[in-house]
Amino acid sequence: MTTVEENTVEEKPKRLISGPGMLLVWFYGVMVVGAVSRSVYQIATEFDRAPLAYSLSAVAGVVYGFITYSLIRGGERARRAAQACCAAELAGVLIVGTLTVIDSSAFPDATVWSYYGAGYIFIPVLLPLSALYWLRKNRTAETTDTVTP
Amino acid sequence: MLDALTLATGVAALLLAAWTGWAAYRDQSTKDWHFIGMAVVTLLATVQLVVGIVQLARGEKAEQGTAIFVAYLLGAFAAVPAAGFMSLAERTRWGSATVAAGGVVLAVLEVRLYDIWGS
Repeated sequence: MTTVEENTVEEKPKRLISGPGMLLVWFYGVMVVGAVSRSVYQIATEFDRAPLAYSLSAVAGVVYGFITYSLIRGGERARRAAQACCAAELAGVLIVGTLTVIDSSAFPDATVWSYYGAGYIFIPVLLPLSALYWLRKNRTAETTDTVTP
Repeated sequence: MLDALTLATGVAALLLAAWTGWAAYRDQSTKDWHFIGMAVVTLLATVQLVVGIVQLARGEKAEQGTAIFVAYLLGAFAAVPAAGFMSLAERTRWGSATVAAGGVVLAVLEVRLYDIWGS
């Protein structure tokens, strides 16, 4: 067991998509499609109506894309990058969510992060939390295969 | 669009989610039977995609816009197969959980499709 691990650890970066990580990749993939397609459509058709909101959706889409890519790529550096992006994502959701709750005119049109992502069944706020937890758990160099609920 | 088809696809997606969710709860990976279930749901979504495009081609209009309608049709078509392939790569309960999440996402997409098409 350990010899196999030692042999492969040199070449293959640590997998971040085993176990619950796969579920995370799925949700991030969904959010990439959701945020990117939404922003592409809105920027193409009605950008002038709410430039800030639509740009924000686009940025969110790019961040989601980067996190998805990092999770699939695996390894320590990707893990750290994903962690930073998840923190930024969480901050974005909280800031935009709070702004929309306090003053709904701050964003004339909905973004993925409005009202803490209520339009997306709160996935936008739950996702970075679970992702940060998962990435933290994988911090150690050794892979712990014991996934107990 | 055909409301009955949208309803059937949505219900089938939820059933698939419950079924694979149950498998995940019992610590099981996706089995052949689950993949048959995914194939049935995907078939419904494929029929929906074809019917939707045919209706657009006949000149009928989606209430909230053609582009959004087609985007959601494609998303509904791809959701379950994508989750299915991911469960092939992850042969644990988490693969089952991914398919369950795929079913829930498809059900949500069906609700949105219903709204986008209008009455």
